[in-house]
Amino acid sequence: MAEKIQMIALSPTMEEGTIVKWNLKVGDSVKTGDVLCEVETDKATMEYESSQEGTILKIVLDQGSTAKVGDMIGIIGAKGEDISAIASSPAEASPAASSDAKSASKANETPASTVQASNQDSNHASGSTKASPLARKLAADRGIDLTNVSGTGPDGRVIKRDLEGQASGKPAGQSPSASTVVSSGQDQKIQVTGKRAVIAKRLAESLFTAPHFFLTSSVAMDNLIATRNLLNKQVDPKSKVGFNAFIIKLAAEALKRHAAVNASWQGDHILQFGSIDIGLAVDLGNGLITPIVRNAANKGVYQIDQELKVLIEKAGAGTLKPDEYSGATFTISNLGSFGVEEFTAIINPPGSAILALGEVKKTPVVGENDQIVVASIMKMTVSCDHRVIDGALGGRFIAELKALLEQPARAIF
Amino acid sequence: MAEFDYDLAIIGAGPGGYVSAIRASQLGLKTVVIEKDKPGGVCGNWGCIPSKSLLSMAETFHSIKSLEAMGVKVDKTSFDYQKVHARSRAASDRSGKGVAGLLKRNKIELLSATATLTSPHELQLTTAEGKRTVTSKNILIASGSSPRVIPGFEFDEQQVLSSTGILAMDKLPESLVILGAGAIGMELAYIMNAFGVKVSVVEMLDRVLPLEDADISKVVESELKKQGITFLTSTKASDLKKSKAGISLQIETKSGQKSKLEAEKILVAVGRSPNSANLGLEKLGIAIEKGFVVTGDYYQTSVKSVFAIGDLIASPLLAHVASKEGEIAVEYIAGHGHEKRLDPSLIPGAVYTEPGVGSFGLTEAKALEQKLDISVYSFPYQGIGKANAIEKAVGLVKIVCDKKTHEILGGHVVGYSATEMIHEILLARKAELLPEDIASMVHAHPTISEGIMEAMRGIEGWAIHV
Repeated sequence: MAEKIQMIALSPTMEEGTIVKWNLKVGDSVKTGDVLCEVETDKATMEYESSQEGTILKIVLDQGSTAKVGDMIGIIGAKGEDISAIASSPAEASPAASSDAKSASKANETPASTVQASNQDSNHASGSTKASPLARKLAADRGIDLTNVSGTGPDGRVIKRDLEGQASGKPAGQSPSASTVVSSGQDQKIQVTGKRAVIAKRLAESLFTAPHFFLTSSVAMDNLIATRNLLNKQVDPKSKVGFNAFIIKLAAEALKRHAAVNASWQGDHILQFGSIDIGLAVDLGNGLITPIVRNAANKGVYQIDQELKVLIEKAGAGTLKPDEYSGATFTISNLGSFGVEEFTAIINPPGSAILALGEVKKTPVVGENDQIVVASIMKMTVSCDHRVIDGALGGRFIAELKALLEQPARAIF
Repeated sequence: MAEFDYDLAIIGAGPGGYVSAIRASQLGLKTVVIEKDKPGGVCGNWGCIPSKSLLSMAETFHSIKSLEAMGVKVDKTSFDYQKVHARSRAASDRSGKGVAGLLKRNKIELLSATATLTSPHELQLTTAEGKRTVTSKNILIASGSSPRVIPGFEFDEQQVLSSTGILAMDKLPESLVILGAGAIGMELAYIMNAFGVKVSVVEMLDRVLPLEDADISKVVESELKKQGITFLTSTKASDLKKSKAGISLQIETKSGQKSKLEAEKILVAVGRSPNSANLGLEKLGIAIEKGFVVTGDYYQTSVKSVFAIGDLIASPLLAHVASKEGEIAVEYIAGHGHEKRLDPSLIPGAVYTEPGVGSFGLTEAKALEQKLDISVYSFPYQGIGKANAIEKAVGLVKIVCDKKTHEILGGHVVGYSATEMIHEILLARKAELLPEDIASMVHAHPTISEGIMEAMRGIEGWAIHV
């Protein structure tokens, strides 16, 4: 009996995926666990391991195509089987159809534990936004994306009043957000998929729900630079410790001393995290990802650096697992390498603060005896969620971090 | 030792006070209720409950006609209104005992006393034993209202009756004039007429139930007229004179025609006045406008520890409004506040005549007055199978909704079971369901509720039984 091959959720937040490459072609036989294709999800490129067995009878979506979770991407069955009935059935067939139900249940039985776990998670998360029928209608009429609206109705349901003041999402003329290759003078429509959609959704949600405020401080980095040079002299040149590892270590120390910053707004309560898990924003060219150094306060700079190297490599290859990039309690974004002097970053939920680092630049400063001296100055800005962090707490935190960066030895003080 | 005797002291054990007290106790507040009369308030003692008891008996009495249609011969000569009255009082007693029991089960102290505020946290109580003082962190006033008095028509409760007086009366008059065709006047008109009293209703405005949608008023007026009640709308009353035989008054139509109206008694049902005097509110600087205590969010008065709810404030004078306002205030006091004030568009009103009325939100006229672009649909009871079967095929279900979004703005039902049925439409509004949601929901057949489904289908353009 021929069955559909459906797109499955390969990450907890995946709603749709783009088929990067089919590893099998029509006529190939498939065993459970064989990699059918590679799928770009919201965060990474993942391998889609088959939970079905048989022969590929049809590839419905070619590489480069995008499918929502549950959409048919191919057909599997016995060689030579008639697939006309299944091939002509609509993509979103009724779940009561036996073939559907069967394949869905099979997907859940997949032995690959990561796939199974993410499947379940996604079932949970993708329960779609709760909204009243009226709110849905109003949103549809005005072109508002309900996933960007936070609900104040029962159990967080979006109701009419939540849509008041929401700008219409229908753009006058759809223009691409990142059009670096416009040469013909014509507007170009760039399909928003995977990572881009998630970045857009989560950061809009963060900025529009979390009241942000920003604290900036100038840090003299000379001591830290000297410390790093000193320590790196003692290690194999190949395993020189990067600058970011020091920052992560010292930020973790500052968070340990001001645990209230390492917390999350949960609507009716504040969750103070038991572990300090620091994410570092990594550029992927077509998006970004924040691999996480878990429990950073309890790790040495060297260990942090080693972990970071592996994580960044994985990020570049698109092979980070969901638990390696989700749930940072604090995030660091460093745009110093672009010559950015200072900037403000959008908080990365569930954290309540993000640290934005500018470039380290030799700057004349007024010294202790009112003389002008040259110092390596870096400007850093902490964005805080005011629901969790008040100005004074943010101030104490940034002062602590500044002191630690200027005098790294304070970390053991 | 605690700073105050109580977390919350509530003045009044009516539907506002006692519900607030139970909610407060649920939320862990040490609560006391002070009541000078019996628990249950006007609702339990001289309003909702005894009048519904009378109403039920009036309907039974009225239905003798249908027994006769079945060939049953009924001898009405032994009819005794005193027995009817006693049963209505028994209903009140049960209600009062129920309230007292609820308070006890929730470990709420009920003090029999009159209370006056002497400071933002202090009450002086006058009890049978003498005066004493209690202190409380917060004070909630739910002292209710009394029948409104109009000059020249002062109540003597013998010939000139208030709603309380007529419910206390254990002998039927031969004839009765009712001043005011609001909910109270209409219900008592229906009851008295059903028991054989000759009833005339005088209303200054141009229709009965002037707050309801005009279509609703029309049905009620014509049906009650058929039952034998005389309606004098657009009519002013004056010059009340009392004699041994009864009362007489002068009535004047809009066109200036004057005539005399005579009856054994008169019921003045022209609204209710808040009981805001003698509570010591002015001394504390609590703002009062036209007798109503002024409140802000969470029904807080200008004194932060003092809250006021129910008939005492300028919101619809209804038991269920008082209860809900009390819940909102108490939840805020207990630190659980979500809702700031009751949304007036979500308050149902009910008139217990037969046919009865259930309604909420905007009437068609109000919506047009607000220049809203609306769709309106009325489904007649004649299209409801059950209503026809039980010979109650008079009435309608009227829906007012936004023309574009179909948001339900108002629901109006007149007819058999209207007071119960309105809640399906109100739930739809509260949950922001659309007419199509109810239109497509299967309703059991045969039920009166099918009329609601049909009205919603009507809005969507596909009512079946018309």
